[in-house]
Amino acid sequence: MYDLGYSRPATLAEALELLQQDDMAQPLSGGQTLMPVLRARLAAPSQLVDIARLDELRQIRPIDGGIEIGAGMTHAEVAAHPVVRAALTALAALAGGIGDAQIRHRGTIGGSIANNDPAACYPSAVLALGARVQTNLRILDAEAFFAGMFATALEPGEIVTAVRFPACAEACYLKFRNPASRFALVGVFAARLGSEHRIAITGGGNGVFRWHAAEQHLDRGADIDSLDAVPLDLANFTGDIHGSAEYRLHIAKVITRRALMQMAGQLT
Amino acid sequence: MSRIELRVNGRDVEVEADGRTLLTHALRDHLRLTGTHIGCDTSQCGSCTVHVDGKAVKSCTMLAVQAAGCDILTIEGLANGRELHPMQAAFNDFHGLQCGFCTPGMIMMAVDIVNRHGRPDEATVRAELEGNLCRCTGYHNIIKAVCAGAERMGEVA
Ligand SMILES: Cc1cc2nc3c(=O)[nH]c(=O)nc-3n(C[C@H](O)[C@H](O)[C@H](O)COP(=O)(O)OP(=O)(O)OC[C@H]3O[C@@H](n4cnc5c(N)ncnc54)[C@H](O)[C@@H]3O)c2cc1C
Ligand code: FES
Ligand code: FES
Repeated sequence: MYDLGYSRPATLAEALELLQQDDMAQPLSGGQTLMPVLRARLAAPSQLVDIARLDELRQIRPIDGGIEIGAGMTHAEVAAHPVVRAALTALAALAGGIGDAQIRHRGTIGGSIANNDPAACYPSAVLALGARVQTNLRILDAEAFFAGMFATALEPGEIVTAVRFPACAEACYLKFRNPASRFALVGVFAARLGSEHRIAITGGGNGVFRWHAAEQHLDRGADIDSLDAVPLDLANFTGDIHGSAEYRLHIAKVITRRALMQMAGQLT
Repeated sequence: MSRIELRVNGRDVEVEADGRTLLTHALRDHLRLTGTHIGCDTSQCGSCTVHVDGKAVKSCTMLAVQAAGCDILTIEGLANGRELHPMQAAFNDFHGLQCGFCTPGMIMMAVDIVNRHGRPDEATVRAELEGNLCRCTGYHNIIKAVCAGAERMGEVA
């Protein structure tokens, strides 16, 4: 690991100033992605600006029609929070299934979506629920925020401050775990917002995406079993040592069906 | 080089180290607390598990400076003099170890599990130990040890 500077500013304003003064500086949240990256010398920031303990990023509160989760809330805190568990049970369950207990004690929602790992869990929930991402500069729709694998709309020096989710009683996240890393080989977040079905798939390899054809199929009232015949573009998937693109596509269909059945109470 | 102030096992200590120094290295190389092990380079094995402000974390996935001002508990801080902590004793009694490499991390994680779950059932222990790998035991006796250790910790409290 290359040497670097470290600071732990007391306020968000100070943190932003440090990041804006030095374009080689990088925010550090839970470090559960950044630390392995730094150890492998895959990045060489001049300094890390520790934002994990900033009060401004550390609240969960009900907002009109939903909840707002501060970027610095850990996976364990989101999983255990009574407001999240009540308004968005599926999101609490998703957070409680990320990595392992030690990772969940430190990793944060802000770090996870800013990183936009193509196999990460949170991006699928943000996209499926049509959540909005709040930064220090603007509010972005999920569709505009994620920009392909490991890419987002964030500008240098811009940080995620919170994510705003609509409440949703009918939602389910299921992941088919890679048995070694426990990341999603494929994960599916299915939800129903009013009369609209939403299905977001992670783990495909090119970044999180929605399966629009299936959503429309379900909106027309089709039953879950008929989903297998709905086209899903192979170009959304890539192959690696863990599974071929065709295998991932197959798993995505199976997991989608299971998630929908669980949502409808047909499978527990 | 900077001076990092840590509180380790109830003692205030200072470490002179680079900004990049990991908490594991500060503990092992600077403070000679070599009970905290390093078993991987991918944040997956959990043998480096310590408690930071009461929560189990992987000390290889955290900078020492990040822990400045925090309360750190390592495997060396569990026993009461020569008297083993009930979880350590349970690992001994239930043969929860073979080579012992994973054991400090397993025990620190086990204590964290009991702190959060009280007396967890077997399924909970298995799920909560996902971040700790053991190449020897096949986990079976580790699970038994954690359940027994939880009982004993309950009796002490
Ligand atoms: C063994 C292991 C298993 C894991 N399993 C899973 C899993 O199953 N599912 C899953 O989704 N994830 C998994 N993860 C990743 C984990 O969830 C990370 O916590 C998460 O991806 C990053 O969050 P962080 O707070 O740790 O971010 P950091 O590592 O601190 O930062 C990640 C990146 O985002 C930037 N950043 C951080 N915060 C912000 C912000 N607020 N605004 C802008 N940029 C920011 C950083 O500069 C860095 O580039 C796993 C990690 C490990 C080590
Ligand atoms: S050394 Fe393997 S997780 Fe820390
Ligand atoms: S006892 Fe040898 S690795 Fe667990």
